[in-house]
Amino acid sequence: MIKLMIDGKTLSVPDGTTVLDAARRFHINIPTLCHHPKLTPFGGCRLCLVEIKGIPRPVTSCTTPAAEGMEVTTTSPNLESLRKTVLELILSDHPNDCMICERAGDCTLQELAYFYGIRKNRFSGERRTYSKRDGNPFIERDMEKCILCGRCVKVCDEVEGVAAIDFAYRGFKSKICPPYEKDLNCEFCGQCVAVCPTGALTGKAWKQRGRQKDVREVDTTCAYCGCGCSLTLHVQGNEVIRVTSREDTLNEGWLCVKGRFGYNFINSPERLKKPLIRKDGKLEEASWETALDYVAGRLKDVRDKYGPNAIAGLSSARCTNEENYLFQKFIRGVIGTNNVDHCARY
Amino acid sequence: MAQSDETKKKVVVRVCIGTGGLAAGGKEVIEAFKKAISDFCVDIELDFTCHYQKVGCRGFCARDVLVDVVDGDTSVTYQGIKPDIAKRIVQEHLINGQPVKEWLIDDSYYSFHSKQMKVLLKDCGTIDPEDIQAYSKVGGYTGIRKILSTMTPEDVIAEIKASGIRGRGGAGFPTGVKWEACRKAQGDVKYIVCNADEGDPGAFMDRSIIEGNPHSVIEGMMIAAYAIGAGLGYVYIRAEYPAAVERLKLAIAQAHETGHLGKGLFGSDFSFDLRIKLGAGAFVCGEETALIASIEGERGMPRAKPPFPVHRGLWGRPTVINNVETLSNIPYIIRNGASWYSSIGTDKSKGTKVFALTGKIRNTGLIEVPMGIRLGEIIYDIGGGIIGDKKFKAVQLGGPSGGCIPDHLLDTPVTYEDIVRTGAIVGSGGMVVLDETDCMVNIAKFFLEFTQAESCGKCVPCRIGTKRLLEILDRITRGLGKEGDIELLEALCSDIKVASLCGLGQTAPNPVLSTLKYFRHEYEAHIKDKKCPAKACKDLLIYSILEDICKGCGVCKRACPAGAISGDKKKPHKINADLCIRCGACFDVCKFNSVNRE
Ligand SMILES: Cc1cc2nc3c(=O)[nH]c(=O)nc-3n(C[C@H](O)[C@H](O)[C@H](O)COP(=O)(O)O)c2cc1C
Ligand code: SF4
Ligand code: SF4
Repeated sequence: MIKLMIDGKTLSVPDGTTVLDAARRFHINIPTLCHHPKLTPFGGCRLCLVEIKGIPRPVTSCTTPAAEGMEVTTTSPNLESLRKTVLELILSDHPNDCMICERAGDCTLQELAYFYGIRKNRFSGERRTYSKRDGNPFIERDMEKCILCGRCVKVCDEVEGVAAIDFAYRGFKSKICPPYEKDLNCEFCGQCVAVCPTGALTGKAWKQRGRQKDVREVDTTCAYCGCGCSLTLHVQGNEVIRVTSREDTLNEGWLCVKGRFGYNFINSPERLKKPLIRKDGKLEEASWETALDYVAGRLKDVRDKYGPNAIAGLSSARCTNEENYLFQKFIRGVIGTNNVDHCARY
Repeated sequence: MAQSDETKKKVVVRVCIGTGGLAAGGKEVIEAFKKAISDFCVDIELDFTCHYQKVGCRGFCARDVLVDVVDGDTSVTYQGIKPDIAKRIVQEHLINGQPVKEWLIDDSYYSFHSKQMKVLLKDCGTIDPEDIQAYSKVGGYTGIRKILSTMTPEDVIAEIKASGIRGRGGAGFPTGVKWEACRKAQGDVKYIVCNADEGDPGAFMDRSIIEGNPHSVIEGMMIAAYAIGAGLGYVYIRAEYPAAVERLKLAIAQAHETGHLGKGLFGSDFSFDLRIKLGAGAFVCGEETALIASIEGERGMPRAKPPFPVHRGLWGRPTVINNVETLSNIPYIIRNGASWYSSIGTDKSKGTKVFALTGKIRNTGLIEVPMGIRLGEIIYDIGGGIIGDKKFKAVQLGGPSGGCIPDHLLDTPVTYEDIVRTGAIVGSGGMVVLDETDCMVNIAKFFLEFTQAESCGKCVPCRIGTKRLLEILDRITRGLGKEGDIELLEALCSDIKVASLCGLGQTAPNPVLSTLKYFRHEYEAHIKDKKCPAKACKDLLIYSILEDICKGCGVCKRACPAGAISGDKKKPHKINADLCIRCGACFDVCKFNSVNRE
């Protein structure tokens, strides 16, 4: 353990903790934009600058490891004025159209501008404008709102292992884009959307579907596969308009394309809601009882006539472990055959 | 031919084929000499053999192609040689013993050299850089042999520390201290990296050293490798230096063939190998952490220090990164001893420094001076003063990270401490001389354009802050400056310096701050009076015709591309300010000086 002093408070943190993490553990707030607890430190936004006794210039707390006896100051007129300059500079190159931004109310940049009371900006000038719209079906990339925090780049590389996007160009023209500035063509897991602190990355399907304040959040488990990722459905009326996942869950907030973006089926008119039984070549709706009785009867007939080995059971990766266990138990114990397999083996 | 080669008198013809020499046609000149020599050797019996050598940069680029004819102890230098003159030199000078007067170098060549002190550039410019033997003949590779047989790595570090050499890449960090930190760092694999990225606009010191004496850099790297415990080195060199890259490749190949690189060198158990990594020409890749990322195949973006490269560098291993010039000094220090090196220079700034002297100065080129020399001596004695009858205004040191030093500080000695005190830095060796026609706001703008375009984009103050600085400077030079702009510049400069991650952002405001410090009145004139004192900012110029002088000849009217001038023949002409595009064509053509510019 390391003992250090932050804003006059003596704290103990494990070896290897950064100054930022040490401060946050003890609820000392240091503003950040590029930092994400699950990603390696970047040190780009410069908001988390702190003063450390004995070091002549402010340092980024996100990249500085806590050291024994360190004396850290997280706020001073000088630091706050630097932070304000950084925010003003970012906002001088930002559309500032929060009124129509999908992320209004849920945007770190907006929140910081609010806390720092930035109404007037000393800086103005050219703003990056991009006319290109990414043609991919899932992720809206409005790069004019991008603050180049690099979180999307890191999550794609460090968490997803895909590295579909990176920084390109230099200077004011720097931007995040897929290779050769083509349309995004990746897993579409949307991890980048989840970590983006601004409205630069959003779901295409989210567009103008409603503000967060009107949304009811419903926690549930994703039904797409047996992993059982936690989902938070954002429900408006009786309609899901967005899906996210909380960081304090077993999947740590990470999702795949299906869990994050594949929710349109919920209200689809083509969605199957009742069992169908084919009669004279035509599918007809039936009650669950009728359908299950029908299946049980047929299984019995086949087993009696041809023996248990005439039957095979094939289960699904979309079922949970428990469900798959029950299924093989049923095939082995009730039907009496070892002909049981699972789609994930193919 | 009657006599054997050994008994013949030896005349050496040296042709400059540094990049300057090559650009001026050095290759063709060599061919012409070859041809002329062989032509004459056939029909005339010469009593000596001629060796033409390909030498690297000798610094006097303005007069390329330079050719030396060395006959025993006497050496004659020719300037501006073209292939057709080679034949005359062979015939008149080599055969008849009469130097070709019209092409002899003039006095400025000699004054150019008087106050210089050539350590690195001595061999660079006299030996054939494409021949490892040439380097060996002047003492090359004796340094590494010496340390392998008589010195421990700790001895070498002590020697380098005692010499007092400081890094030539810009920051001036003591080289011995850096090596020692890496030596002490935990790790079985370590690396030595030579930084040959040289991105400062106008700088060509490192390129010239590699082109002129690549083996000195290789030997320097070997010595460093031995000292820190590395077995592999990388030279990170920009791809825009094709000649230097070729030289280096050839040098490495020759070193391999002759047992100067590889396993168990010179009978010891020390092994060392070298790889070349080409940079794609991003200024920021010269910054050491970005350079490491670039070698590793990542985008060249700096990261926060600590950890420093000496602890966690290339591939996460302890790494020393040194500049070309720093490494090239090392063999000379080992050969001649630390006390020899530390006898050159001042108390805290030792040795010599190579500068690329450019701008409004008579003798431009590459110079090597002892540390502690005064700026004035460089500009007036070596540089020969300002071109034309213009007045000196300032000298810019340190390129985009540096600053401008005015007239009244020309007594400043060139040392790390003294130059920093002026607001500039010694930097890697760019030295640009400015005269009264250079607008200081414009100069600041020039450097900001460079740093802004070269910012890696990682941090906000550098990426957006330098853009806003540039925009403010731009509007000032266009006459759109506002009250409060100077204060805004100052506030933003100070925040960018403090809040940026790497040296690029931390020093990018220096050109603005140093010009504000010494030439604030120029900024004020632009903003308040809408005038450019140097008459360099086009948008602020007003052209008018002085009626009492104008003869009505009509030359200006014909020269004006905008049709802004009217007037009858032999009557005073007039410029319509609304149509005038301020190109200055009328000003240039009027024989009677009747066009007024203010
Ligand atoms: C933006 C930037 C560009 C740099 N470019 C170079 C360069 O082109 N060559 C160089 O030797 N050092 C350059 N440096 C300095 C290096 O980071 C490093 O300090 C140097 O190579 C160390 O070598 P030295 O100790 O021998 O000077 C640059 C630094 C910065 C911040
Ligand atoms: S898109 Fe979002 S996450 Fe990616 S760099 Fe821009 S602001 Fe950061
Ligand atoms: S200071 Fe500039 S060049 Fe350096 S890391 Fe920041 S953005 Fe990149």
